[in-house]
Amino acid sequence: MDSNKKKKVMIGMSGGVDSSVAAYILKQKGYDVTGVTMQIWQEDKEQEGSCCSLTAVEDARRVATKLDIPYYVINFKKVFDEKVIQYFIKEYLAGRTPNPCIACNRYVKFEEFLNKAISMDMDYVATGHYAKVDYKDGRYLLMKSASKKKDQTYVLYNLTQEQLSKTLFPLEDITKEEVRAIAKELKLNVASKPDSQEICFVEDNNYGKFLEENSTLKTKPGDIIDTKGKLLGRHNGIYNYTIGQRKGLSISSNKPLFVIDIDPINNQIVVGDDSEGFGKTLIAEDINLIAIEKLTEERRVSAKIRYAAQESLALIKPLEDDKILVKFDTPQRAITPGQAVVFYDGDIVLGGGTIVKKD
Amino acid sequence: MEKIVFFDNSATTPISEKVLEAMMPYLTSSYGNASSIYSLGRDSRKAIDKARDQVAKALNGDSKEIYFTNSGTESDNWAIKGVAYANKDKGKHIITSSIEHHAVLHTCKHLEKQGFEVTYLPVNKNGLVEIKDLIEAIRPDTILISIMYANNEIGTVQPIEEIGEIAKEKNIYFHTDAVQAIGNIDIDLQKLNIDLLSLSGHKFNGPKGIGALYIKNGTKVENLLHGGSQEKGKRPSTENVAGIVGLGKAIELATKDIAKKEKYLKNLREYAIENLLKIPHTILNGDRERRLPGNVNVCFEYIEGESILLMLDQHNICASSGSACTSGSLDPSHVLLAIGLPHEIAHGSLRLTFSERNTKEEIDYLLNLLPAIIQRLRDMSPLYNQAK
Repeated sequence: MDSNKKKKVMIGMSGGVDSSVAAYILKQKGYDVTGVTMQIWQEDKEQEGSCCSLTAVEDARRVATKLDIPYYVINFKKVFDEKVIQYFIKEYLAGRTPNPCIACNRYVKFEEFLNKAISMDMDYVATGHYAKVDYKDGRYLLMKSASKKKDQTYVLYNLTQEQLSKTLFPLEDITKEEVRAIAKELKLNVASKPDSQEICFVEDNNYGKFLEENSTLKTKPGDIIDTKGKLLGRHNGIYNYTIGQRKGLSISSNKPLFVIDIDPINNQIVVGDDSEGFGKTLIAEDINLIAIEKLTEERRVSAKIRYAAQESLALIKPLEDDKILVKFDTPQRAITPGQAVVFYDGDIVLGGGTIVKKD
Repeated sequence: MEKIVFFDNSATTPISEKVLEAMMPYLTSSYGNASSIYSLGRDSRKAIDKARDQVAKALNGDSKEIYFTNSGTESDNWAIKGVAYANKDKGKHIITSSIEHHAVLHTCKHLEKQGFEVTYLPVNKNGLVEIKDLIEAIRPDTILISIMYANNEIGTVQPIEEIGEIAKEKNIYFHTDAVQAIGNIDIDLQKLNIDLLSLSGHKFNGPKGIGALYIKNGTKVENLLHGGSQEKGKRPSTENVAGIVGLGKAIELATKDIAKKEKYLKNLREYAIENLLKIPHTILNGDRERRLPGNVNVCFEYIEGESILLMLDQHNICASSGSACTSGSLDPSHVLLAIGLPHEIAHGSLRLTFSERNTKEEIDYLLNLLPAIIQRLRDMSPLYNQAK
């Protein structure tokens, strides 16, 4: 590094292979690295493969010791509960499908964690996300990393210019395979740990059970109807369903049925066949723009409506109250209120927002 | 300053040179099993006997009443479960305080699941158990009172003599967790009606992994472990001879010149407290007078103790927030909540615990750094900015 004084970085370490290798890379590059595990969720029953259990703390601690960097466990339980769990519950009960990882990145990792780092006199925070930060023409850009397959920019679209200016993604130039190879070479005990998949605080991915146990919610059964209003069956609470869902509807039908709408007001689940689940337009709000300051006119983009969805070409158009209208060239399956839509120009993230309405 | 400034002597202490010297033969040449009949075994037996005498002498008790264990935690578990199981025909009610160490609290919680009833006495705002609360809590089926001698977080020293008198009068066993008190306070078992007392070697410059339980003659206690005939069959396990020898030597040294040590530590403590309280919005936790001579526990309002510790660590200062045993947990200290601090303040505590190795210069080093750290953290704190 150019400067004589080493730049100080606080890296979030989950105990997984990505953040472990990210910490190693930072150290190799000559940063003064401090590892931190954010304790955000503490329960007696713990899940393997989720990012923040106590066993994760032990794994992260061992990696930090091996890399010979200071390591701390810091308490983020309160902000995580407020900004992620309560939001998650509220959204489901309103018939929307939230993305808690986006909320966690926005409010926990890149707000509270960053603040903590600044208060500790750090120059940067870092995470093991597959993403890249660049600086061009007066703006910080969020971009896809070298590992296109593992791209995680979708869950990072809320980062502000200020946050990006203090963020490092050490994995920006390497692939998952290379990450695993480095971990193996270093004999990190996490080298073969599986990727985390499901939402870290929901056991067995059972949302319904989680919501029943963690909110004042009373199970409220209601009707399952088709798009013409015909009664097809009963549901055991709208929060047990997401748009696009096919399994677990308990309706006999000669063609496959999908959830195409959730109506919290009438407490109804609307199902339809494959063709009825597609839509071409949506409205997004709570917009964050990264590569551009403001959307002033229509623009061609590539857009993604779910973490696992493919990008599709679309036209975006500014609406009143800073909302954005998104018109896809081709129909999209299961446009889901509550999920995010993220806009790309090649590898560059233009910005994104929360889907509020589909046509 | 490159060297480490160690202000966490309630968490642990280093083994002193003399203690290590006493232990060395039993880590090397004198490796006999104390139960063996040959001379090598007898050497070990002799060393254990001597250590038992040293412990007894330090507490003014009888060496027949001293049992070696693995730790303070084991001693607490044994005392409480042992008395509970052995006396359950007499009653199933236990009284303790809400500010005990988790070794006591969690043991009591465990007993509750087995049908025992436990009263957790509140403490006043200084962290003291009120005698009238104790008297009110006593029932005909109360079999045990377990109140710590001195608190590990805020250093409050409990009215052990009065509690002992009440326990004796009511014919209830009295256990005290004296892990933090040994070496800091003069304890005379002939003057105090204590039936069981827990202690731990590493808190007074002895080794880790060794503790002891004082059990007054005639106290009915059930075993925790079952096996051989060590410790008169009450605490089977091949003796940790080196550890026992180290504990014996350490307690002898720690209780030798206690008045002088107390004076030295009090000086450091008062100097630190006076100067820390000059930082705005700083609260002293615990009782100003009735506290361990080397204990300082303060809350800096609007910020988290955790952040202060991390910053101090970067300057090679070892301190803690609450106790070392709870630093893995996320919740504010149960002790600070029990003395009535609200959640947001209880998060901002800093505990400094001094030993004779600490100096005024070291405290000055801390005092020079701390105001800027506190200010920096407060500038980042939404609570502070709201209050402003």
